[in-house]
Amino acid sequence: MAEQHTASDCKQRASQGAGGSVSGNGRPNTAAGCGGGGGGLSGGLTQPAGWQSLLSFTILFLAWLAGFSSRLFAVIRFESIIHEFDPWFNYRSTHHLSTNGFYEFLNWFDERAWYPLGRIVGGTVYPGLMVTAGLIHYLLNLLNVTVHIRDVCVFLAPIFSGLTAISTFLLTRELWNQGAGLLAACFIAIVPGYISRSVAGSFDNEGIAIFALQFTYYLWVKSVKTGSVFWTIGCCLSYFYMVSAWGGYVFIINLIPLHVFVLLLMQRYSRRLYIAYSTFYIVGLVLSMQIPFVGFQPIRTSEHMAAAGVFALLQAYAFLQYLKDRLTKQEFQTLFFLGVSLAAGVVFLTVIYLTYTGETPNLPDSVCFRYAKIHIPIIASVSEHQPTTWVSFFFDLHILVCTFPAGLWFCIKNINDERVFVALYAISAVYFAGVMVRLMLTLTPVVCMLSAIAFSSVFEHYLGDDMKRENPPAEDSKEGLGPNIKSIVTMLMLMLLMMFAVHCTWVTSNAYSSPSVVLASYNHDGSRNILDDFREAYYWLRQNTDEHARVMSWWDYGYQIAGMANRTTLVDNNTWNNSHIALVGKAMSSNESAAYEIMKSLDVDYVLIIFGGVIGYSGDDINKFLWMVRIAEGEHPKDIRESDYFTPQGEFRVDKAGSPTLLNCLMYKMSYYRFGEMQVTLDFRTPPGFDRTRNAEIGNKDIRLKHLEEAFTSEHWLVRIYRVKKQENRQALDHKDLLSVLI
Amino acid sequence: MSLSVIAVISRFLEEYRSSTSNKLKVIDAYLLYILLTGAFQFLYCLLVGTFPFNSFLSGFISSVGSFILAVCLRIQINPQNKGDFLSVSPERAFADFLFAHTVLHLVVVNFIG
Repeated sequence: MAEQHTASDCKQRASQGAGGSVSGNGRPNTAAGCGGGGGGLSGGLTQPAGWQSLLSFTILFLAWLAGFSSRLFAVIRFESIIHEFDPWFNYRSTHHLSTNGFYEFLNWFDERAWYPLGRIVGGTVYPGLMVTAGLIHYLLNLLNVTVHIRDVCVFLAPIFSGLTAISTFLLTRELWNQGAGLLAACFIAIVPGYISRSVAGSFDNEGIAIFALQFTYYLWVKSVKTGSVFWTIGCCLSYFYMVSAWGGYVFIINLIPLHVFVLLLMQRYSRRLYIAYSTFYIVGLVLSMQIPFVGFQPIRTSEHMAAAGVFALLQAYAFLQYLKDRLTKQEFQTLFFLGVSLAAGVVFLTVIYLTYTGETPNLPDSVCFRYAKIHIPIIASVSEHQPTTWVSFFFDLHILVCTFPAGLWFCIKNINDERVFVALYAISAVYFAGVMVRLMLTLTPVVCMLSAIAFSSVFEHYLGDDMKRENPPAEDSKEGLGPNIKSIVTMLMLMLLMMFAVHCTWVTSNAYSSPSVVLASYNHDGSRNILDDFREAYYWLRQNTDEHARVMSWWDYGYQIAGMANRTTLVDNNTWNNSHIALVGKAMSSNESAAYEIMKSLDVDYVLIIFGGVIGYSGDDINKFLWMVRIAEGEHPKDIRESDYFTPQGEFRVDKAGSPTLLNCLMYKMSYYRFGEMQVTLDFRTPPGFDRTRNAEIGNKDIRLKHLEEAFTSEHWLVRIYRVKKQENRQALDHKDLLSVLI
Repeated sequence: MSLSVIAVISRFLEEYRSSTSNKLKVIDAYLLYILLTGAFQFLYCLLVGTFPFNSFLSGFISSVGSFILAVCLRIQINPQNKGDFLSVSPERAFADFLFAHTVLHLVVVNFIG
């Protein structure tokens, strides 16, 4: 009983220390200190500090295990395969790195993409992901653990999710206390917002970038707290890893200066802050320019100007503080006026110089607007760039999105330097998550941290033992909480957490574990039907076409064709050249003869399209067709007009009432070639040629192709490949000309 | 503006000469030297042009970085600031200084091309 008394005593002190402090006191030292004291006093629970660290270690290990396991649904259900589209390019690059070495990878010019332009891969890619996977592969093979590079790539993201949980634990522990840290680690291990981009098989930048982000923020908070250059250099090195991993590093290089600026405004300037930010800016700047893709952007583009501006401001502020300490008020005022006029003169001259040379940074092109660009159709067409709905917030974050404002309130109420940082992080992340679905990922870590803080505060308040305090309150006094309400609230909170865990697992299993390369459907009796059409078609291409054949398809499939079929493609998911994509779009939307001219000029050998009419697959090329038309119209407005493809009533129809331009364009012909004869469903009341995706009987059943011939159609007609015929040797003569020659 | 600027500056210099310890004065001399090297590099760039830009940047950032790190060292070993840096002893400050310089110069040498 005695040791329980001291243990709860420590808890009271810890909760008072964490809850009631005003200046930077959320440190776990109090718990550890009185834990040690409790061990000395009593004889029961020896070394509570040891038990505490064992408990933390076990919880973190279990969080890593939970995060790893819940990402394995796709691997268990299907196989260990790279998912989606972008990861195929990353996989192909990593394969190139592991077979050819680091310098070959850095200087790689890929002539099998974007024919005939090619792509400078070394200079247009963030190498962190490939280098990480390549390094792990190299080390394992060095130890004679022969793992194939594909397996390293597939399982990299789940392993890094465990590391993300640990760095979130460290960051939250710096902000609040150890209990909140453990809760945050558990949250981020299973939260669907993060899982969506880091399942096993999703070999993409975000898998390692979120770990680098959290770790950089942890080191930044640590360096602001201690003012030591060692932690700041650690932060710079972590920032360098983040720059190599993801384009989202711009978020860090804007959030940290914003933090410094707000601290200056709040009159919380301190020498530790000066040391931390100045060192971080300079060493981080030169480190970030080592990545070829980033190059000289940190001193040229407007996204990085905020950091430079705050750096200059901080130098001036620190120098003024130094002078203020040495001089009297009057002397300081004299110098201050002189300094301000000098600074104004310098700024004026700089503005004149910049406008004269025309190099003004385009301020509206700043970070906020960049993410909200909706005027370029190719950016607007990507589904991940759509604005976020309320449903997505709840779907991805469940109960955390409701408790996160409470955590934010607790942080603001007990403000100190590092809690200002997390408040700014929360506000900016909420803004970005509202703009684009894809940026929900940046919101997830901060929501996990702040919800953990909220839950931790609530639990501390309601789990503390009132009866064992120094002066236990009287039985029916208004102070202290009755045991009933405490257990009710604790039960409620635990139920919420359990429902959260169930929801996360359900969402991961149903929504985020599909490889997209292999489709599965379920019959009436529950048995599974696997549709492996994509891989069937890509392997046909790989084995039955010439090695230097060029394949034209819409840009979505470019990476997969390059990765699985190993053929040269015209456009792929990198979408860096809008005119080239518009050319392909024009070829798909024009009639066969005009398209043939374009295909001849681009040396196309095969055309690949996706057609979902037989099985009802809704992601096929006819459904994407209007985007092709819009993109082509953007570059060739005289040849392609979107309104031509609609009926006079303004509908998009593929049946007999559809517009003649649509019924004669290349995409329509390729999709529905020979489809008119096909009895799609077993039910003979539906006519042949019934498109199950559009729920319409197609208009033009008798399609004849002049310049293309069908090369391959997959089992369920999902992928259709056509060969482009070469020009005929001799032009066919007209009968009239023949007669005039003979006579 | 009751006092002239010159008077203020001369008084400041007098006070600086008398009240700063020798250790800090050595660091201040080093700071002045670094400032001059940075200024000369910038002047050279203005006169001769920015090709090769990465070399100029690496040299200039090396100067600025050394300056900042020396300022940080000066702040950390100043006994008047002891209250701010409870966990950083002067020896630790110097060790951090060396570590930071190692990292900075490794990157600068890589960047200089």
